[in-house]
Amino acid sequence: MSEKRQLCLSGKGVTKVFGHGRKKTVAVNNVDFEFYSGDLISIVGESGSGKTTLIKMLLGLTSVTDGEIFFMGKKRDIRSRKNKKEYWNGIQAIFQDPYSSYNIFSKIDTVLLDCINMRGGRRFPIKKKIEMMREACSFVNLKFDEMTNKYPFELSGGQMQRLMIARIFLLRPKILLADEPTSMIDACSRATILDYLLKLRDEIGMTIIFITHDMGLAYYVSDSVYIMERGKFVEYGSANEIILNPKADYTKQLLDDIPKINNPWEFSRNRRPAETGAS
Amino acid sequence: MKSQLKQITRSSKFMTGFILIFVIVAFILIYPLFNPGNPLEMIGLGTFFRPGTYVSVYDSLNVQRTYTLRLPEAAANRIDGKLSYDDRESMRDWLIRYGEQEGVAGLTYEEIDTYDVHALLALWWEHYTTDVFIEGMITADRRLVARIDSRVERIFEDSDIILMMYNYETGEYEEFGVVTATDYVNIREVANTIWLPLGTDNFGRDVLKQLVSATGASLIMGLIAGVIATIIGLTFGLLSGYLGGIVDDILMFIFNLFTVIPGFILLVLISFAIGQEQRGMLTVAIVIGVTSWVWTARSVRSQVMSLRNRDHVNLSKLSGHSLPKILVRDVAPYIASYVVMAFILQVSTAILAEAALSMIGLGPMTTEQATLGLMMNWAMNFGAHLIGAWWAYIPVVLVIATVSFALNLMNTGLDQIFNPQLREG
Repeated sequence: MSEKRQLCLSGKGVTKVFGHGRKKTVAVNNVDFEFYSGDLISIVGESGSGKTTLIKMLLGLTSVTDGEIFFMGKKRDIRSRKNKKEYWNGIQAIFQDPYSSYNIFSKIDTVLLDCINMRGGRRFPIKKKIEMMREACSFVNLKFDEMTNKYPFELSGGQMQRLMIARIFLLRPKILLADEPTSMIDACSRATILDYLLKLRDEIGMTIIFITHDMGLAYYVSDSVYIMERGKFVEYGSANEIILNPKADYTKQLLDDIPKINNPWEFSRNRRPAETGAS
Repeated sequence: MKSQLKQITRSSKFMTGFILIFVIVAFILIYPLFNPGNPLEMIGLGTFFRPGTYVSVYDSLNVQRTYTLRLPEAAANRIDGKLSYDDRESMRDWLIRYGEQEGVAGLTYEEIDTYDVHALLALWWEHYTTDVFIEGMITADRRLVARIDSRVERIFEDSDIILMMYNYETGEYEEFGVVTATDYVNIREVANTIWLPLGTDNFGRDVLKQLVSATGASLIMGLIAGVIATIIGLTFGLLSGYLGGIVDDILMFIFNLFTVIPGFILLVLISFAIGQEQRGMLTVAIVIGVTSWVWTARSVRSQVMSLRNRDHVNLSKLSGHSLPKILVRDVAPYIASYVVMAFILQVSTAILAEAALSMIGLGPMTTEQATLGLMMNWAMNFGAHLIGAWWAYIPVVLVIATVSFALNLMNTGLDQIFNPQLREG
């Protein structure tokens, strides 16, 4: 905390509204945040709390209704295609569902080659390209020689997500947005994926913004935690602060919801009734 | 992909349609090899010759050999051939109505068998008379009966026919042969015969030959129109569905315009506006394509709208791909199966549209190439349906029906493969 840290991504009054008139839904409501370089930040919240919408805005995939997003201390400008491309050189994402993240018509080589091309490696000799791909695959413990001429859907879910990390390894962005990358895969692969994410941060010095609904997971990996409820950050701070000394009711409830192995799972008495209808 | 191809070959509906189309196309390609020549050549002087084999009378008299055959039914067949069924009906009608004369009893319907020519003729000779003037009988009928009677008079005669030839040197006729009732020629030895399985049309053109080339022309027109409609519809649908926002609003406005104006009326108006001289086959195909893309566009749009927020599209965007590249690589392949289906349907509708357009006289105005619709138009204009010349239009109708049936069958088969909900049992 004491050392001077660089702000890499921050937002002021970021808002996203879907629809208008009576059908208006505020997905993200006037949110401020400051993400520092080299951190692993978790955004925790339940389904429909606006995590994914926020991520999409940060990536520039959807427009921002109101507010400003600052990238590396400067106001973000991604209106032109060139700027957008530059922005995406610095910020990349891993999505929740590995099965739908790949184009089923392109081969694995194409996925990886696209990354090399994007980092300005279009003119590299083919040998160098293969070497880079091999390195990326070995980083996530995949065998490149088995991957060539295969389609992504021929892999298992865990392998696909590892390939996604290999992609990030080639792209080397400053910021990685990981949108529940472990929710669709089994527990064993989950730990591996998390390890690779941490390895990415340590080796490349990447800032990782980790989206999850799992409080325990957030505590395990992150430096700071943002709790999101219904489009707002209700609480944020370092992981220890949040877990050991929760202030907001919602945080306490999220902590209660973590299944405990030793104790039988009790439903808390002051539990908010489950939301009905569309959220 | 491979499993889907396998499913396609297993789909009975698709394969039935595919085989039908395949057979039709093979016939179109192979038939001209056996029967070359211009399909629009007017070979017959006269309209609507019946289907059948035509043998040159001149050449059959001049064959090298004649054969003597004694066929048991020859005489009866000859009589049948001379006296048509219509004539026999007229005879029966006369007998029933006016057969009752002095000293001769009348006849009832059951007593007369029009198939037994001998018995019919016996009755005829017993009852028919020109001596009595029958009141109430119109002159036309009287003449018709008299004509039949005179034809019937020598019906059993099979005397020899003497063939004479004009000699230019002497200026006289000289006998050069005799044809007897038992003389036969082998049809293979006759120099000129022609088989017209579907007869000739109003201009004396071979209908089958014309039909084969017309089917080919209509299929090509359908393909051109289908390709144009699919390309326009796909482009607009992709842009509208993927970009959304104001682009979508503007394009949707255009789609709605095209949807509410009935396509066929638009087609008629455009065809009329182009003018007769400019309406070639290609022009009509383009006009059909340009007026029928809107359904493809609408359905492509709705498919793309559900695709544009998929993760793989987002990932492609993050990889910095340009809009055309994303559309071609990440969106189009996912709707390819659907587009193929829409294309098949477009071809089918285009063929029908061409037929309808030509039928009302707005089709391609060309004297070089027949189309299915033009054949229908000619048959209608020259009253084939009034004369009873079924061969001029029924085969055309059947071909149109078969082609569009086969294409629709292929479409349904594909639909069942790509939409598992529609699959039977």
